[in-house]
Amino acid sequence: MALAETDAMQGGKTEKPQGYWAGVGARVVRDPVSMICLVVVLLLILSAIFAPYLGLPDPYKGSMIARLKPLGTEGHLLGTDEQGRDMLARLIYGGRLTLFIGLMPVVLAFFIGSALGIVAGYVGGMTNTIIMRVVDVFFAFPSVLLAIAISGALGAGIVNSLVSLTIVFIPPITRVAEAVTSGVRALDYIDAARATGASALTVIRVHVIGNVLSPIFVYATSLTSVCMILAAGLSFLGIGVRPPEPEWGLMLNTLRSAIYINPWLSALPGVMIFITSLCLNLLSDGLRSAMNVRD
Amino acid sequence: MSATDLSPALKPKTAAPESRDKGGPAQPLVIVKDLQKHFPVRGGILGRTQAMVQAVDGVSFEVKKGETLGIVGESGCGKSTTARLLIGLIEKDKGEIIFDGQGLGETLSLKDLRKDVQMVFQDSYASLNPRLTIEDSVAFGAKVQGLDDPNGRARSLMARVGLDPDRFAHRYPHELSGGQRQRVNIARALAMSPRLVVLDEAVSALDKSVEAQVLNLLSDLRREFGLTYIFISHDLNVVRYISDRILVMYLGEVVEVAPVDSIWQEQAHPYTRSLFSAMPSMDPDSRTQEPPLAGDPPNPIDPPKGCRFHTRCRFASEVCKTRVPKLMGLPGNAEHLAACHLHDATSGHPKAGQGVPQ
Amino acid sequence: MLSYFFRRLLLVLPVAFGVSVICFMLVQIAPGDPLTAIMPVDATAEEQAAMRAAYGLDKPLPVQYAIWIGNLAQGDMGKSIATGRPVAQEVFGAVQNSLLLAVSAAVIAFPIGIFLGFLAGYFRDTLLDRAVTALSITGVSVPNYWLGIVLVIIFSVNLGWLPSMGAGPGGSQSWEWDWLHMRHLILPAVTLAVVPIGIVARTVRALAGDILTMDFVQALYAKGMSRGDVLRHVARNAASTALSVMGLQLGYLLGGSILIETVFNWPGSGFLLSNAIFQRDLPLLQGTILILALFFVAMNLIVDVAQAAIDPRIKRS
Repeated sequence: MALAETDAMQGGKTEKPQGYWAGVGARVVRDPVSMICLVVVLLLILSAIFAPYLGLPDPYKGSMIARLKPLGTEGHLLGTDEQGRDMLARLIYGGRLTLFIGLMPVVLAFFIGSALGIVAGYVGGMTNTIIMRVVDVFFAFPSVLLAIAISGALGAGIVNSLVSLTIVFIPPITRVAEAVTSGVRALDYIDAARATGASALTVIRVHVIGNVLSPIFVYATSLTSVCMILAAGLSFLGIGVRPPEPEWGLMLNTLRSAIYINPWLSALPGVMIFITSLCLNLLSDGLRSAMNVRD
Repeated sequence: MSATDLSPALKPKTAAPESRDKGGPAQPLVIVKDLQKHFPVRGGILGRTQAMVQAVDGVSFEVKKGETLGIVGESGCGKSTTARLLIGLIEKDKGEIIFDGQGLGETLSLKDLRKDVQMVFQDSYASLNPRLTIEDSVAFGAKVQGLDDPNGRARSLMARVGLDPDRFAHRYPHELSGGQRQRVNIARALAMSPRLVVLDEAVSALDKSVEAQVLNLLSDLRREFGLTYIFISHDLNVVRYISDRILVMYLGEVVEVAPVDSIWQEQAHPYTRSLFSAMPSMDPDSRTQEPPLAGDPPNPIDPPKGCRFHTRCRFASEVCKTRVPKLMGLPGNAEHLAACHLHDATSGHPKAGQGVPQ
Repeated sequence: MLSYFFRRLLLVLPVAFGVSVICFMLVQIAPGDPLTAIMPVDATAEEQAAMRAAYGLDKPLPVQYAIWIGNLAQGDMGKSIATGRPVAQEVFGAVQNSLLLAVSAAVIAFPIGIFLGFLAGYFRDTLLDRAVTALSITGVSVPNYWLGIVLVIIFSVNLGWLPSMGAGPGGSQSWEWDWLHMRHLILPAVTLAVVPIGIVARTVRALAGDILTMDFVQALYAKGMSRGDVLRHVARNAASTALSVMGLQLGYLLGGSILIETVFNWPGSGFLLSNAIFQRDLPLLQGTILILALFFVAMNLIVDVAQAAIDPRIKRS
């Protein structure tokens, strides 16, 4: 056994290895672009949550005489909109609904799509065929078209927007989850786990989920930017949030009438959508490269 | 690290195989009868079954208690399918698996079988969950089976296979070398206190020096825990080293079974002969005289009629194309079985009963 | 090749069936009674029931679906509630305009995307690569309906160079290949091109980068092949994936132009769709979505077949 010792004992560093997520976190923090984007997104979310405590003017209260004031007006840093409401307040309050409808569908679709995809990928056979053929049908619709079709049929409203966008993002997440799970399912450690007599649920819980969730998660984060743009787009079309709620897409729509009077003011809500979606995209890219380090 | 400083958690289990012995020493641990598994090949637009791959077709053999049965054959001959059938990872189509006198699916449930049979896989990396620590991987099976102190068992088994638990327990598979990982896999199989361990190409992917260490470890463990092995490999030298008997498969069928010494002396089946002659020899006096096997094995979707080897056999005659040879003991050596018309005096082969010509 | 085409065609049928079911269901999930729009407010219960029967709405859903599909097969997609004209007529006119816009955007986007992506992939990890990567990420992150507004502000409001509305002078609905009409196409086409530029550039960059590091490229250089000839080999290997991405993008352009058409009042299918939504014109909504989705399915089919034609690995599997 003397030889065996050399093989078995080599690499005898005793430090406790870093956990997987700690490593990912450390790599994200070291990337300046990701960090800036993270800070921006967090600021947007926090300012939306704590909007009432920021000492802003009432975002619903308009004024007939103070309409479409330009940027830098006294008391209205970012001017006023077509009803004389303070733009800064509306942009910050607007983050509440915009971010909620822009992010929530991906969160919901992540859970539903992962569950469907993992079941399809692990069980295989007829279950897989049924789930994946239905997914194929939804893939026959470009995402914008599907969102508008469902929202258009259901009518405007926050819940309707959430429903239609969630339906839009379930199929792509299911497809990715199924592909990743089938890949993992074919590995020997799943067979080894099954050979212990563990139930399918236990095998999925202990051995499948931990190995498929992070690629699905990264994929889902890459969808948040599209979802933001789509959610605001629905409101822009008038089939999302209803007036007078502040919402960036809706604000972009109602300010179109001001395009000849105060053009740059009317583009402001779009800047917010753009910044948010850009940061979400860059953050997702940063996360992807931080997680791919080992492969 | 020696067997004596094992933790108490493991001690009672080392004695367990004896107490679990139901059929007595004479009862083979495993009897396989006419095992068959055909995989459907789906295709076309509706995904209908177009053909069947006859992966394992009528395989029968026995494994005695405490012995090591080596299984050899070309890739695709059904070795791994046989292994997976034995531990119930895939369902058999036909045939019987009798474990210590109890038929699987009759008096023995799959759940009970899994307490007694474990497997070590070829790919040491793919067979470990990359997100679990070594300790958790080894302890998983024991937890599932509700054995007491799974983590204690895991740690003492790690120590037994030569991995210091203080150093390795909290590591992840990618932080280990191939040999270390394969030790983990062995420990994981043993954590279930199995009676039979199926080793599917378990050392094939290792460096030669590491392979030797792991083989030694396996031999020690077999003695110590009273295990029975089924050892699958394509490397004849390795199989010879570890096995008591050798079983040769060709295209989903058993062509020869014999004790190691007997088969090393005389390969009774022409296929076995060519396998052995393809082995490089260190001795210049025993140069390979036999021409190597030509071509690839036939398609298992549509295997040749009669003896499946006749398309590549130098001694094939008319009878080989039509009649399937039976696996039977050689004259004068009942322990040595071969499925070849050359050994069956009544087969109708022109050279029947003369054995394989030199 | 032909057999691959037919096999692929047969796979499309169940998808097309599913698409039709979803379009049929769109009307079912819509809140309210589909008849409220045409029924007098004071209609009695008997009159309502009679109307229901006349429109076949008293029959079970599968029967209604069968009738709908049967009519569809004869080219009858119902009548628009708002205009009373056949849905098919309305949709096909609008789809032509959308197609014009989508193809123009593709003509702008694909060469630029390929060029930028190839530059970035070839000069990997240089400043150029980083600039292109930043540009393409900006392209896919920008809400294009907002970009449209910004372009209108710059080129119509501030500079007064290009018109911001419609497809021709005086709200003209008929297209002509003259400058008066084409200047209306520029802003919407450029706006629509931005996202596919980003996506194509990203794809080509990854493809070119991957292929250039493959061993066979080293082997080609090693045997003395010129840089240009090696790049031809690289392009051939990248072609099939790049083609499929671009084909899908063309489909997305058609289905995704709705928002842009609204911004520019472009008389296409998206414009039609948003009108249908606001007038609760469900037959028109249903018909437009169905045609656009079927077009997308057909686009996928064409892409797959074209890919099989240039990539020898696909036919065999």
